[in-house]
Amino acid sequence: MLVAPSPASLHYHASNTLERWPVHLSRDRIIAFAVLLPSLVLIAVFVYGFIGQTIYISFTDWGQGAALAENPQMHLIGFDNYKELFTSFLHMRFRQDLINAFFYTVSLVLGSLALGLFLAVLLDREPRGEGIFRTIFLYPMSLSFVVTGTIWRWLLAPEGGINVLPSFIGLSPGRFRWISSRQQILTFDWQSVPSITAIVVALVLAFLAIRMWRRGTHKRALIAAAPAVILVLWAIFGQRLMPQMVPIPEKHGFNLATIGVMIAAIWQFSGYTMALYLAGLRGIPVELHEVSRLDGANDIQYYTRVAFPILKPITLSAVIILAHISLKMFALIFAMAGADNSATDHPAVLMYLTTFRGNKFALGASIAVILFLIVALFIVPYLVSSYREQRKRTS
Amino acid sequence: MQLKKLVIATLVGVALLAAFGTVMADNLTGKLEIFSWWAGDEGPALQALIDLYSAEHPNVNVINATVTGGSGVNAKAVLKTRMLGGDAPDSFQVHAGQELIGTWVRADRMEDLTSLFQQEGWMNVFPSGLIKLLSTDAGIWSVPVNIHRSNVMWYIPANLEKWGVEAPKTWDDFLAIAPALKAQGITPLALAENWTVNHLWESVALAVLGPDKWQALWDGTLSFTSPEAVAVWKTFGKILEYTNNDAASLSWQQATDMVVSGKAAFNVMGDWAAGYMSTTLGLTPGTDYAWSPSPGTQGIFMMLSDSFGLPKGAPDRDNAIAWLELLGSKEGSDAFNPLKGSISARTDSDLSLYNAYSQSAAMDWQNDIVAGSLTHGVVANEGFMNDFATVMEMFLTSRDPQQAANACDAIARQNGIGG
Repeated sequence: MLVAPSPASLHYHASNTLERWPVHLSRDRIIAFAVLLPSLVLIAVFVYGFIGQTIYISFTDWGQGAALAENPQMHLIGFDNYKELFTSFLHMRFRQDLINAFFYTVSLVLGSLALGLFLAVLLDREPRGEGIFRTIFLYPMSLSFVVTGTIWRWLLAPEGGINVLPSFIGLSPGRFRWISSRQQILTFDWQSVPSITAIVVALVLAFLAIRMWRRGTHKRALIAAAPAVILVLWAIFGQRLMPQMVPIPEKHGFNLATIGVMIAAIWQFSGYTMALYLAGLRGIPVELHEVSRLDGANDIQYYTRVAFPILKPITLSAVIILAHISLKMFALIFAMAGADNSATDHPAVLMYLTTFRGNKFALGASIAVILFLIVALFIVPYLVSSYREQRKRTS
Repeated sequence: MQLKKLVIATLVGVALLAAFGTVMADNLTGKLEIFSWWAGDEGPALQALIDLYSAEHPNVNVINATVTGGSGVNAKAVLKTRMLGGDAPDSFQVHAGQELIGTWVRADRMEDLTSLFQQEGWMNVFPSGLIKLLSTDAGIWSVPVNIHRSNVMWYIPANLEKWGVEAPKTWDDFLAIAPALKAQGITPLALAENWTVNHLWESVALAVLGPDKWQALWDGTLSFTSPEAVAVWKTFGKILEYTNNDAASLSWQQATDMVVSGKAAFNVMGDWAAGYMSTTLGLTPGTDYAWSPSPGTQGIFMMLSDSFGLPKGAPDRDNAIAWLELLGSKEGSDAFNPLKGSISARTDSDLSLYNAYSQSAAMDWQNDIVAGSLTHGVVANEGFMNDFATVMEMFLTSRDPQQAANACDAIARQNGIGG
């Protein structure tokens, strides 16, 4: 975070300015640039260079025949890999993985936020031994995903751990197959993904329109409402005009086996959101609490009306961080469910297997690029907004 | 004076001994880096080989580079990045057959070992069927260290007696006795994570197709959508009805445990299960536990083999060749295999060193028809094997034989099987 320069440093800045140089090329800046240069070069090569290379590989056919030759043959084939991933019936697994990834993200974000907030509120009331509890709750975050995965693999074993708990109080042991169930709920056909998307977008637009209408900006409300109506109409009637996306009907849905992985992930990260929220709650001036009490607010009203709105920026950061962690759950799933447990699979696991086991480097790169784009979807708006805020603060 | 004489005499003696020693040892120096996924249970077997090597070539520093986990998945990934980066180890472990040929020979990364085979007389001591699996038209590509058998069914004789069943000779027999076992609350066939399902599939396919048509699948002369190949999936689907529903979260050892503890009746697993039951669980082969070829595969030995090859550009080529000579020798293979629980690929190994199971496997190895394993890299390249794991997951969810057969046909074409 940038901090506005103090008067003292401004003075230093001015006195060091070389006469011949324009102000923006002060010695300070040259030194700063020289210090930053090595890391800039390294990042340019090792981060952006390799992102670029991965994108390039994803447009080739690397992985045919002698893929591991010293100079493997590569031909540019455009978007064929992407097309295959989304339409070929062999890549049904990839599409289910995308849906799994969606549910992993939603559950990790909502689960950790809710549990973290709950724990933070409890600790905010300064119970005895608060420090111990804080450490206990935060501790899981210091473990690596592989450790968490191994522990929870044991805890969720079909005939051990959690499943035998009920038998201690005389009940029959649990029968649920935590990470190996093949049951699916909320099933839908891949063919209906466009209409589902259209309806979801339409609902969001309708919601915005109603809000604008209430605020009195009728013209804007109509502008938002019109595409919503069109989308709904298209979803209902336009579907039949669409070309068949996949050759055979393809059922996807929410795999119950993913619940086990979700529990482990939430367990690991709710302590982290708790720490964020607790810091936020402690940052709220005591006066506000007292004032709200004077105004007759009870504890629940204090939290819902006063504290939570103040915590909004923390929630936003937590959402961004958790969302992108959820897209990097490779190690957790690999350690917990193994390589080919497609019920709990994630695009990152599939990318590893496709690339390094199947030698299909280009296809693996395409999966990596798709994952990268999804992460960017979360990160870029966040970076843009925080950049703007910094500018506001420094100017 | 006396003391001085003694010291001088001793020094001279030591110097002479040292000189003599270096004459006895060979002139190989430097290092030898061998790359494998043998840690854990297989570690001692590999160490026995390294000890033999160090005794013969004391001036070579052996670097034992192992990458554990995921039954070799992680090691293979590391090896690929190293090879692509131009940092080849001196010799690396690889499953004999198409896993080696489809990935490394096709990429022109391996040296032809035909002259080494001739020089060491291996053409006569390894079965010709095995050498054929290690070779292409252009050469022989790796030295087999061991032989494992894939199509074995394991059971506990005392339990079978208690339940009043016999080890099935065919899958029809199995399907006949399975409902009664299931009614008693016993899992008829124990199964574990994805690859063990593929492992079961290849035994079923071998039983339904027979060795010739099994090979025909991989030559491309029998289509995956032919009625016979679809029938494999149909039978396989029926068998899956009698397996445990928590398979995906179990390791192969846990599936074996189910049989040992009497929760399950049978388990089809490679013969490393014998090593697990004899060594880790302390059971006596033949009495505490017993085995038979998996149903419908009597007289057929579905084999897999770990082997080591010589990559082009190996930094210490002479040391690596000495390593390969040791692996193929009678001495080396009889030091390694009793510890690993596998049998020697050589037909002249000293059977008295092996336990009851290995002796019976060695007899079968010399007499049976040899077929190659799919799950363990003999008959199909890595691209096909990887995609087959996905096809299997599809089948486990949909249980649709025709769809699985079509998918197999598609991935066979994509990965150039038989073409």
